[in-house]
Amino acid sequence: MDAKLKQESPPDTARKAGMRLLARASSEELNAAWEALADKPDVSPVRGPETGLVMVRGRIGGGGDAFNLGEATVSRATIRLSTGEIGHGQLLGTDKQRARLAAIFDALFQRNGDRATVEALHRKIASRIAAEDRRTAEETAATRVDFFTMVRGDD
Amino acid sequence: MYVAVKGGEAAIANAHRLLADRRRGDRTLPSITIQQVVEQLGLAVDRVMAEASLYDRELAALAVRQARGDMIEAIFILRAYRTTLPRFGYSEPVNTATMKVERRVSATYKDLPGGQLLGPTFDYTHRLLDPSLIDDAAVEEPAVKEPGEHVMRVSDILDGEGLIEGDGRMPEGHVMGDLTREPMEFPMARDLRLQALARGDEGFLLALAYSTQRGYGRTHPFVGEVRIGEVEVELDLPELGFAVSLGVVRVTECQMVNQFMGSAKQPPQFTRGYGLVFGQSERKAMSMSLVDRALRTDEFSEDIVAPAQDQEFVISHADNVQATGFVEHLKLPHYVDFQAELDLVRRMRRDYEAANSGEPTKERREAAE
Repeated sequence: MDAKLKQESPPDTARKAGMRLLARASSEELNAAWEALADKPDVSPVRGPETGLVMVRGRIGGGGDAFNLGEATVSRATIRLSTGEIGHGQLLGTDKQRARLAAIFDALFQRNGDRATVEALHRKIASRIAAEDRRTAEETAATRVDFFTMVRGDD
Repeated sequence: MYVAVKGGEAAIANAHRLLADRRRGDRTLPSITIQQVVEQLGLAVDRVMAEASLYDRELAALAVRQARGDMIEAIFILRAYRTTLPRFGYSEPVNTATMKVERRVSATYKDLPGGQLLGPTFDYTHRLLDPSLIDDAAVEEPAVKEPGEHVMRVSDILDGEGLIEGDGRMPEGHVMGDLTREPMEFPMARDLRLQALARGDEGFLLALAYSTQRGYGRTHPFVGEVRIGEVEVELDLPELGFAVSLGVVRVTECQMVNQFMGSAKQPPQFTRGYGLVFGQSERKAMSMSLVDRALRTDEFSEDIVAPAQDQEFVISHADNVQATGFVEHLKLPHYVDFQAELDLVRRMRRDYEAANSGEPTKERREAAE
């Protein structure tokens, strides 16, 4: 439980935010970013890529104690760059190639020279997700009920 | 005497070949793709994910197609698939308060922060068959509006007055159970019951929920809220020391609010039943919350007078994969069992006829001697 108590340092926060975006990147986004790399890094596998399960938990009543809701497929990969950085990729679904690419970009994020490139990828994914979420929120908002009161009888 | 029989290999192989043919159907029609099933039969996909207890829309769609649309068969296939995969770990509990809400309705408050958001609902449709779908008529783009304020949880509103019980807490020192790791035991704690209900058969839970409304274990329910939308799934990575997001899953949550008269130990208040289900599955989430509340008899000193309140009855029969396995096994060869039964019935019949004809049976003669 030390991990829980340990304060996340600022670099962790940035990396965590980046990993969150990489988990939701599409194959097209990851492949395009990989193809666009002028200097392809030397990558060696540490673990995976592999597909397995994560038991998704909920909370009783929404905010109470946890219970096991059901599992989800997860693919993950851990890689090492020839320069030593370790990258982790983990995402919902069975697409191992996406997990591997996510791991590579997580590792590149830690390498000073490549950080800006990965941040550009992060921004691209973030803006796509924000646009999708925005669209869904707008469509949902259009189905909001406007109540009006009908006055009956006379007073 | 036991005679082992073999045979049927060729028949089985040909039956499976025939099944594949019938599944494909008329070859002059295009085959449906997995993406088409995901996009156009999404609620079937959601049901398969929920009851297989495995969130993966593509695999669930594949199962639906492979099962020719037979939902329980599809659930069975997906449930079997999950046993082939290693378990990486347990997620952090999903936070439904921060859900990207696509639908939220409350039957208890008209005006509430976030409002009544109908979303893509069948409610208020006239349930008339739509012939325009036959010709694949063009579909309008959805209307859009500026989104409003944060969609507040109804249970948080009621909570302010202290008239409603809080979110569920397990007793001090309780260790969370996992049905996929331990055999079922009764009495079963609420966390395990919720896991079982979340993957329970929709039809079975619907019928039980309905029975409580008809008086078999009445719970006086109101829908505090139903909400559907995406929540983030986070997994703790020990190698990094922090939790990372794996992506989002769509879930349906139902907060059922139930009137409670109070007992010797507790004042009158609203109690709650909880439903949480993978995918868009409102009927299931509502049924689950009604059954969850009905099963909490021990917490409210309620007498068990109806099937929906009997946890051993409900939980033992909620899983449709187990149920179909046991019911459907009856069609498999029982030749030897039946021969034994046949002999027994013949013997009883001889005794019965002998008794009715007035002649003493062998047993009676022996007893008399």
